[in-house]
Amino acid sequence: MVYEKIRAIICEQLSISEDKITQATSLTSDIGADSLDIFQIISNLEEEFGVEFTNEVAEQMKTVGDAVVYIEANIVK
Amino acid sequence: MLKGKTALITGASRGIGRQIAIDMAQSGANIALNYIGNPNEAEALRQIILEENVSCAIYECDVSDYNASKKMIDDVLNDFSNVDILVNNAGIARDNPILRIKEKDYNDVMDINLKGSFNIIKHLYPSFMKRRSGTIINIASVCGLRGWQWQASYAASKGGLIALTKTVAKELAGRGITCNAIAPGLIETDMTASLTGDKKKDFIASIPLMRAGQPSDVSKLAVFLASDLASYITGEVIKVDGGLCI
Repeated sequence: MVYEKIRAIICEQLSISEDKITQATSLTSDIGADSLDIFQIISNLEEEFGVEFTNEVAEQMKTVGDAVVYIEANIVK
Repeated sequence: MLKGKTALITGASRGIGRQIAIDMAQSGANIALNYIGNPNEAEALRQIILEENVSCAIYECDVSDYNASKKMIDDVLNDFSNVDILVNNAGIARDNPILRIKEKDYNDVMDINLKGSFNIIKHLYPSFMKRRSGTIINIASVCGLRGWQWQASYAASKGGLIALTKTVAKELAGRGITCNAIAPGLIETDMTASLTGDKKKDFIASIPLMRAGQPSDVSKLAVFLASDLASYITGEVIKVDGGLCI
């Protein structure tokens, strides 16, 4: 469920179709997100999941799967 | 020049903002008018704008209120689908020598003039980014370039707005979004109406063009900056001051 929501947010931000994305997808090299895109995606993820990303965490977030792992570890259940 | 575009203008019910709204409507833009305080003035302006056969809606909002600004932007985007042109015009002045400036007055000026512009840019930013187009025009002041006695808070807020303009221009240039500032000098509006008599005469004598400007002197430039003719101009601060700062 977390993955599906993250995928939808990324696709919405980058205007790409969901079949372009797997958990192994690199945000930058595979789907062309730049730093502003990534910050925008993170803002949307924070709003959707109520999880705060520090800039350090954001910098380490390379793949879609990284976002899934971080959110699943920090989401308030 | 602006046919089919939508412009959001803050502080639009009076003075420079009002004239920008009228001129942009005459150039074909749909207009989202922000105001605070006087719904009759805003509605009267809306009626004038509707005569230009464009869409127009009014939004009462204190731009210094972060959450209220967010709601206004959501409402505007809901009503117009998108915003192509943002004019951050809302502003106040509380003139006094620094010794006499009350903390509240200083804060009010900074909150409306500087933080208010930040709030609107911040909340429109995702929409601009997603569409990869848009133009932002911040109404600054020559005070923000040169400083001005008795205008510490106003000058500081406008100087900050100029720095904000350049930052936004750099940050969003990669998305095809431009951001410029207009720095008016003495323009005849309600805000400058307290300048009278010999003081006004002396001030005007210091302006090389020997007259105060009119709101239309500023609005014509705003229309140009909002148009595709200015698509390669960003991060600029353009004075409209009759040569005051030469």
